[in-house]
Amino acid sequence: MQKRLLLNSTDFEITIKRLCYQLIENHDDFGDSALIGLQPRGVFVASRIHHHLSSILNIRNICLGQLDITFYRDDFRKREISAPAETKIDFEVENKNVILIDDVLFTGRTIRAGMDALLDLGRPKKVELLTLIDRRYSRHLPIAPDYTGIQVDTIATEKVKVQWKEIDGEDSVWLI
Amino acid sequence: MSLLSTPHLIGIKGLSRADIDLIFSTADNFKEVLNRPIKKVPSLRDLTIANLFFENSTRTRLSFELAEKRLSADIINFSASSSSVSKGETLIDTVNNILAMKTDMVVMRHPNAGAALFLSKHVKSKIINAGDGAHEHPTQALLDAFSIRGKVGDLGGKKVAIIGDILHSRVALSNIFCLQKLGAEVMVCGPATLIPKYISSLGVKVETDLRKALEWCDVANMLRIQLERQDIRYFPTIREYVMQYGLTKEILNSLKKEIIVMHPGPINRGVEITSEVADSSQSIILEQVENGVAIRMAVIYLLAS
Repeated sequence: MQKRLLLNSTDFEITIKRLCYQLIENHDDFGDSALIGLQPRGVFVASRIHHHLSSILNIRNICLGQLDITFYRDDFRKREISAPAETKIDFEVENKNVILIDDVLFTGRTIRAGMDALLDLGRPKKVELLTLIDRRYSRHLPIAPDYTGIQVDTIATEKVKVQWKEIDGEDSVWLI
Repeated sequence: MSLLSTPHLIGIKGLSRADIDLIFSTADNFKEVLNRPIKKVPSLRDLTIANLFFENSTRTRLSFELAEKRLSADIINFSASSSSVSKGETLIDTVNNILAMKTDMVVMRHPNAGAALFLSKHVKSKIINAGDGAHEHPTQALLDAFSIRGKVGDLGGKKVAIIGDILHSRVALSNIFCLQKLGAEVMVCGPATLIPKYISSLGVKVETDLRKALEWCDVANMLRIQLERQDIRYFPTIREYVMQYGLTKEILNSLKKEIIVMHPGPINRGVEITSEVADSSQSIILEQVENGVAIRMAVIYLLAS
């Protein structure tokens, strides 16, 4: 299988920063907003964005949470399931503008599960979706992102892999 | 195949250390769910679970029912007294009739040791043992160990004393297996007549003096005197048992360190522990009950997957 680089580490950083400015345009100082990353990989995107937002705006307490969707999946008994990861949301979801964050948007089923999980925690004022990679024309459900890093055209057998400086040594996105 | 190394939960004997750790970490997740406004997850909405209780129970039955409902499963309840068992129906027939109605999992409490294992070999369903005679009560041991872990962290090297009627206690036996798998040291304490003869072959310390056991341990798990299982008299009077083995606040206060007090329930206030102790800050009895639902959710979820 050919490996193709979709985003190198320079472009990665530019994309993340651009997403941050897009968020700031709509959310101002994030007083009523919250970032929630979906386990397992959306939490890395969320925490990177949170870090950049905090330094751009010079604010300390932007709400950041992690949401695990293992119990809300629609393929529970049809494939090998990993053990659930941590859900850590130590703020009230009620009436907040929530930005759900994931690394790759493919069929949309994960986001559907994420919304179900989120709505069991309370009633947000609004829910938006931020995704680093949007695999176009692959949706199984009517789900669309509000903020997109880059769009790629892929076939079903391909995978998009995001690598992180903290874990893999370098920020990059590969098509495998 | 479930995420655990076994398709049924018959006893702690059949669980590996990795299984127990997985159950604990899944239960942590479910504890978080139980603190949400909507305390349900939709995972098991396609399952029907039959609760077969051939013996009386309040805590365990309610705990399992609640766990199943929180997982969105459908439940049917069966209690021996109001069923065809009194008309002479056999165990296998009873269960196969229930399974013919397409139930996927059976949670069973039965007065005979080995009933759960027997059932698992004769019917096509996942079985969870909710207590079989004086043999094992695995979910109780799991929630007990989970509760201790919630208070003191890793159980390796911790000293747990199980005090009371060891002879008739499935809770004691399951706890011994579970605590040892987690690296804890276990001591059993009670009147010599209520301690099984060869229990030290399980690697537990044996003590008949309450005070010595309490000085030794970090955690005391108090057991109820099981009068309903005693066919002969194992001690002269309840009063004498209370004088020698009843846990009071005075004894607790006189110990060199603050120990954790547990009890699987139901409590006989004034017998194995006084009201003062049961309601004190050292007692985690109600936390055990709360953890029970999370642990049972974890077990059912992991077996169902």
